[in-house]
Amino acid sequence: MAQSYQDLLAAAREHVPEVQVPDLAARIAAGDRPVVIDVREQAEWDEGHIPGSVHIPRSFLESRIGGVAREHDAEIVLSCASGQRSLLAGATLRAMGFANVSSLAGGFSRWKQNGNHYDVPQTLTADQRARYSRHLLIPEVGEEGQLKLLNSRVLMIGAGGLGSPAAYYLAAAGVGTIGIVDDDVVDPSNLQRQIIHTTDRVGMNKGESAKIAIEALNPDVAVNVHPFRVDKHNILDLLAGYDLILDGADNFPTRYLLNDAALMTRTPLVHASILRFEGHATVFTPYEGPCYRCLFPEPPPPELAPACGEAGVLGILPGVMGNLQANEALKVLLGIGEPLVGRLLIYDALDMAFTELKLRRDPECPACGPHAELEFKDYEAWCAGVGRHPVPA
Amino acid sequence: MSKVRIPPVLRQATGGSREVTVAGGTVGEVLEALYEEYPGVRGQLVTEEGELHRFVNLYVNDEDARLMSWLDTEIGERDTLLILPAMAGGSR
Repeated sequence: MAQSYQDLLAAAREHVPEVQVPDLAARIAAGDRPVVIDVREQAEWDEGHIPGSVHIPRSFLESRIGGVAREHDAEIVLSCASGQRSLLAGATLRAMGFANVSSLAGGFSRWKQNGNHYDVPQTLTADQRARYSRHLLIPEVGEEGQLKLLNSRVLMIGAGGLGSPAAYYLAAAGVGTIGIVDDDVVDPSNLQRQIIHTTDRVGMNKGESAKIAIEALNPDVAVNVHPFRVDKHNILDLLAGYDLILDGADNFPTRYLLNDAALMTRTPLVHASILRFEGHATVFTPYEGPCYRCLFPEPPPPELAPACGEAGVLGILPGVMGNLQANEALKVLLGIGEPLVGRLLIYDALDMAFTELKLRRDPECPACGPHAELEFKDYEAWCAGVGRHPVPA
Repeated sequence: MSKVRIPPVLRQATGGSREVTVAGGTVGEVLEALYEEYPGVRGQLVTEEGELHRFVNLYVNDEDARLMSWLDTEIGERDTLLILPAMAGGSR
């Protein structure tokens, strides 16, 4: 005997009890929550759904129910847009042996009408799915990881040799917010390695110049330009808006300041430094791994710490090291792999050799040790040796 | 005899050599032999009182010598002593 849609609904209603929206809302508010399964299509789910509900489109119900309700006596409330598809889905689950199944009368529409709270999941747009498709194919990233990157905020100290490649790759990867602190302007001598800048932007602030390049590459990225030097007065306010620091600084006072501020705010710090043909890279995760001062309690005197402006640097070297930093930053943001925590990677571009040293937390560390009394100091004076070692005549 | 890796900032004192081989059975002995051969290195690593500067890190292979026996750490022919001063450069 042929049955109409109405016949099927009436038959389902005989076996599947209906629950009312206010009753379900009260139970959820009281913390007594049955398994709520939303059987609508993806696009409907994406526009909003009951908090804590599980999404199984009706066409996948039979195949996926086992992953959500292992026991056949589990209490299940089915929900759809108006309460009809959920009735039919209930009949299916009854037939599969689930005894304690009900259907939400009026469905999500009534849930919303009654003024109940609902979640709207963040999803990738069609353009983003295309742009990040190679990330979406990697299980360690996937849509969830890509959304995480889009919601991540990285503060880059310097848009110079290290910052240029790092900014490019973080932007390409879809890190949603990139802040760039740099008070310097693009100089012709920068262009041998600082690839985010261009000849026609000589004289422009490096952050502004990098912003132009990043926005041309990926409109998903919001770029904040901070055209000043970080110091102990502005660093904490600045860090409040970021999840991770990528240190591409060119001087010791800034590096020690960043270390101390990273500890105070428990912000991961991805470090690299370079000279001539040699680069160092590591990741400092506050109070989990060692910090910069566990490794280098004191800076060397200026004559033993020449800057690249004095001693020179192979243009490609910061490219390699900045990309290693971007790689480590992405891993920390995604929470995947083994970041360079407690390990110092030394890259020798002439030998094409990578050496790894083990770094350990110093129990006496003046910055992160148990007896440390961490406060900002006058880093310029301290690094110049004032009150630390005799200033060379 | 042990290999010693010379960081970029000390290479002027070693005539440009990036790795040298010197005699010695401990880290301290190896350093003394290094100073003997390249006197310029001593001035950069050692204070006027004859102590190593605090900014000098020494690694025997991949381990921090401070966490072993520092200058008394034994060092064999297959080991490498790595001198590691901090570098500031981010390339401005």
